Amino acid sequence: METLKLTIAVTGLNAVDSPGPGVGVIRSLRDCKDFDVRIIGLSYEALEPGLYMHDIVDKSYQIPYPSAGSAQLKSRLEYIHEKEKLDAIIPTFDAELANFIKLAPTLKSWGIATFIANMEELTALDKMHLFVFGEKHGFKVPKTKFISSIAQIEDLEDEFDFPMVVKGKYYEAYIAHNKGQIESYFHKLNAKWGLPVVIQEFIKGTEIVITCLADGTQLIGAIPLRKLYITDKGKGWSGVVLEDDALIEMAKKFAKDSKWKGGFELELMRSEDDELYIMEVNPRFPAWIYTAAAAGQNHPAALIKIALGQKVKPFKNYEAGKMFVRYSWDLITDISEFQQITTTGEL
Amino acid sequence: MLLKKNIAVSSSGFIFNPSTGDSYTVNQIASEILELLKENKSIDEVKREILKNYEVDEKSLNEDLNDFLGHLRQLRLAEDGNA
Repeated sequence: METLKLTIAVTGLNAVDSPGPGVGVIRSLRDCKDFDVRIIGLSYEALEPGLYMHDIVDKSYQIPYPSAGSAQLKSRLEYIHEKEKLDAIIPTFDAELANFIKLAPTLKSWGIATFIANMEELTALDKMHLFVFGEKHGFKVPKTKFISSIAQIEDLEDEFDFPMVVKGKYYEAYIAHNKGQIESYFHKLNAKWGLPVVIQEFIKGTEIVITCLADGTQLIGAIPLRKLYITDKGKGWSGVVLEDDALIEMAKKFAKDSKWKGGFELELMRSEDDELYIMEVNPRFPAWIYTAAAAGQNHPAALIKIALGQKVKPFKNYEAGKMFVRYSWDLITDISEFQQITTTGEL
Repeated sequence: MLLKKNIAVSSSGFIFNPSTGDSYTVNQIASEILELLKENKSIDEVKREILKNYEVDEKSLNEDLNDFLGHLRQLRLAEDGNA
């Protein structure tokens, strides 16, 4: 079979201690024997390690921060497309998805394929709406409440037992054992992420994650994983692929009910009485996505095939017991490269 | 008693439970017992094998084996059933 020559742009090159998924996505694409890929890295910061990994990324461009809006992103992508003739883009950051969703029709008209959900589907799965989604479709989601003032803390004890989980609107979570701690975390999270602050029922159990790919009607693939080592930032630094039919069945139902298009990660908690709770849904591939390819399901490559209009059948198997162990590495570069990306926005 | 089907046991005494991601290491005798259970041998057959191969009295074996099997159940590596 002839290999398909493709130029694919990928974001999330921040392979740091709280890594973006870009490098894992690119490794997966490079592993696919059906493709001969040229990879264009899209970065926000000049020190994203992926920029300097020249065997991973062929050429990089800086793009405007998501907060700058879709118009600025459009103009930058227009420039990049003129130079690189992109075939597809895989966005990998939660915060940039809304802009890419808005631009998807424009990108399509330029001949750039994407495969992402729409705004309604994206919103249904965010922290603010997941509990309602769970209730509607029969998934267990910890009881959740949003508070916007200190006064509301007083009433929480009527609805929740201690400990409670106190979460930021976008990121960060703490476990509070008393009212004083809730108040302290409320101020901290409000200052960083704004209101409301999320209060969630604490579920004791084992953390499991599933990386999934869905085509809008059904699940195309799912790889469940147990994190074996978690950093102080709550990121998995090592994990092992699990074999568990209950997890795959849950992913299938979730893909069907959410009508999700593209990659996503389910963060689950298996309670001591064997119940599965959905703690959070990440609307993109996780940083450990290359483990899925290593276990036999190359989700990024399958996503590109779907985006290009090819028929992709659901994966049937994978290899349990595949592990990842993340490591840090001092990549040596030169100030001239840093200078180039800083001054020209290209490398 | 049955060792759960998907439990992987290596000859070096490493056990991996792919349902939970947990792994354990056991000593040589425990490893042999697990191998015998994997071959669907009954508890009586396991006892006979161990008594044949090791210098151990039946009472001590019964105590230690029950203790070990209890651990396997507790860790959900084995379940009661007919072998």
